[in-house]
Amino acid sequence: MTTPTSTATAFARAAAEGRPALVGYLPAGFPDVAGGIDAFRVMVDAGVDVVEVGLPYSDPVMDGPTIQTAAQQALERGVRTVDVLRTVEAVAATGVPTVVMTYWNPVERYGVERFAADLASAGGAGLITPDLTPDSAPGSGAAWIAAADAHDLDRIFLVSPSSTDERIAMTVAACRGFVYATAVMGVTGARTSTSDLAAPLVARTKAATHLPVGVGLGVSSGDQVAEIGAYADGVIVGSAFVRCLLDHADDRPAGLRALAALTEDLAEGARRARR
Amino acid sequence: MTDPSAPAGHFGEFGGRFMPEALVAALDELTDAWTDAMADPAFVDEFHTILREYAGIPSPLYEASRLSELVGARILLKREDLNHTGAHKIRNVLGQALLTRRMGKQRVIAETGAGQHGVASATAAAYFGLDCTVYMGAVDTRRQALNVARMHLLGATVVPVESGSATLKDAINEALRDWVASVDHTAYLFGTAAGPHPFPSMVRDFCRGIGDEARAQVLERYGRLPDAVAACVGGGSNAIGLFTAFLDDAEVEVWGFEAGGDGVESGRHAATIVAGEPGVLHGARTYVLQDEDGQTRESHSISAGLDYPGVGPEHAHLAHSGRASYEAVTDTEAMDALALLARTEGIIPAIETAHAVAGAIRRAKDLAAEKGPEAMVLINLSGRGDKDMATATEWFGLGDPDRVTAEPVGDPGADR
Ligand SMILES: Cc1ncc(COP(=O)(O)O)c(C=O)c1O
Repeated sequence: MTTPTSTATAFARAAAEGRPALVGYLPAGFPDVAGGIDAFRVMVDAGVDVVEVGLPYSDPVMDGPTIQTAAQQALERGVRTVDVLRTVEAVAATGVPTVVMTYWNPVERYGVERFAADLASAGGAGLITPDLTPDSAPGSGAAWIAAADAHDLDRIFLVSPSSTDERIAMTVAACRGFVYATAVMGVTGARTSTSDLAAPLVARTKAATHLPVGVGLGVSSGDQVAEIGAYADGVIVGSAFVRCLLDHADDRPAGLRALAALTEDLAEGARRARR
Repeated sequence: MTDPSAPAGHFGEFGGRFMPEALVAALDELTDAWTDAMADPAFVDEFHTILREYAGIPSPLYEASRLSELVGARILLKREDLNHTGAHKIRNVLGQALLTRRMGKQRVIAETGAGQHGVASATAAAYFGLDCTVYMGAVDTRRQALNVARMHLLGATVVPVESGSATLKDAINEALRDWVASVDHTAYLFGTAAGPHPFPSMVRDFCRGIGDEARAQVLERYGRLPDAVAACVGGGSNAIGLFTAFLDDAEVEVWGFEAGGDGVESGRHAATIVAGEPGVLHGARTYVLQDEDGQTRESHSISAGLDYPGVGPEHAHLAHSGRASYEAVTDTEAMDALALLARTEGIIPAIETAHAVAGAIRRAKDLAAEKGPEAMVLINLSGRGDKDMATATEWFGLGDPDRVTAEPVGDPGADR
């Protein structure tokens, strides 16, 4: 067991080095539980500062085809919530802050308090909740905030280009660790050009909080990281990592090499973002 | 029935809004527009005028006397099958599309299972001159080819959805994905009284004419209220549309019937309230068919329109509070009732609707045993069966040339 490290420490370290933090996502259990853990270790070795472990869910409304495919494969191979926690434990043992990204129903089903307790004891740093807002009710939003407080976990809620300033203020007030700013109006998936909605959203969010702000959705290259990292505290990449593994489904070593190469490109983009 | 001091969109411990932040502004905008429109007599008038002149509403109330005789209780049918496009669904889409026009949006999207809501949405889009895209599970585009053709003829784009189980729940996921990216110019015409606030309340209000009309029709004709009201429950729009007018009439029993598929004990069914557990699906806390990890289970029903692993949150609340009771009706029971209604009354109902007929007959017999033959049951005949003829043909072996001279199906004299 490791003690949970807040994602804020990783953001602070990156800031001290004059660069944005690089946040990397993969679903747990893809291509299988052990293979997924190997993939996360490769990403950590190649320069990811914060890891997001996705909990594969049957109805992922915020995900585009790439992450849907990977999550569905993981589910078809029988991945369970306990496997996600097992993955968190292995990844957190590397010392990199590790959060779970999950739709809400699996957490409720596991038990909000029990999930928070088991996540903390696995060394997990917190939760990103794409379909739970702080004001989601009846129940949940408040229940998760209380459980996260009790177990010293980060709560990462999302802000969107469509969020009003009032909602941004309400959301960041409930966040701990960092704030997740979705760069586009849309679902996950690599996009070739960066969004012009991200910078104004980051500015509005930063006006409301001192927490670091990470930008995600659609980022896939070092050049995009460099562009976004000029104004955001962190850059979040998901589908592009998943694609590396999907593209080499029959050759795992090749998939891991592609993952390492992409991570290095993204990390290099982060280093030149503010030069 | 619902605590008026409860936050909007909460039905006891059910309902609410569990959605990506990106859609919250749009849901708030929709809530405001709908609240504003319902308080505007011009909007309400226009809605009723369109329903009357274009959709044939109010639908008639019909006493099914031959069926009543067989059952031993008085069976009244609210004839939503006679509405334009053949189901209650036209009420909801005309309401939502009128609201879309008022909000100045040019494009609508919809999900559909059986295709009834898709056809209704395409119809409303044609009526109002809106652009329409319908998401439909690839499994359903194959089993409901006729409705796909109707949507095309009405000018809609139909997108087959291959992800997940390729049925209704996945069509909803895909429509939500479209909406996140298009919300500034697109309205989501949600097809049932489920989903995040304001959909459960808004769809209920657009459909509640079913019960408001029927209650007045029964009172006027019989000078009394029915002893029970009955409807099938998929997501719950026709049922809540019927039930709402009667919820404060404590003496009226309220019965909902879910799809029992191969039987609840088989695990292959869509009886969400009967066999599901509380959880969160498609934006609301409600009953959900789910596994130990909270993954949605696939539902099964002969009726594509009831084949959904969730249910509207107000029904979850009505079940939880005990004001309404919900039972399952199997595929076989529903198909028997479909044939029975066809033979006794000359009405071929939708297979969804046949679940209500089967369940109501079952319970009406008990009611008649208690109250005598004057016991009166009002069933919402939510839709007609034209769309289901391929399924019925296969189920009853009607296409088999060797059987054309055989006994008619659904013999009303058989011991039921
Ligand atoms: C005729 C008919 N009745 C009932 C339903 C079920 O939907 P709901 O439960 O929303 O009324 C459908 C859905 O397609 C339908 O076509």
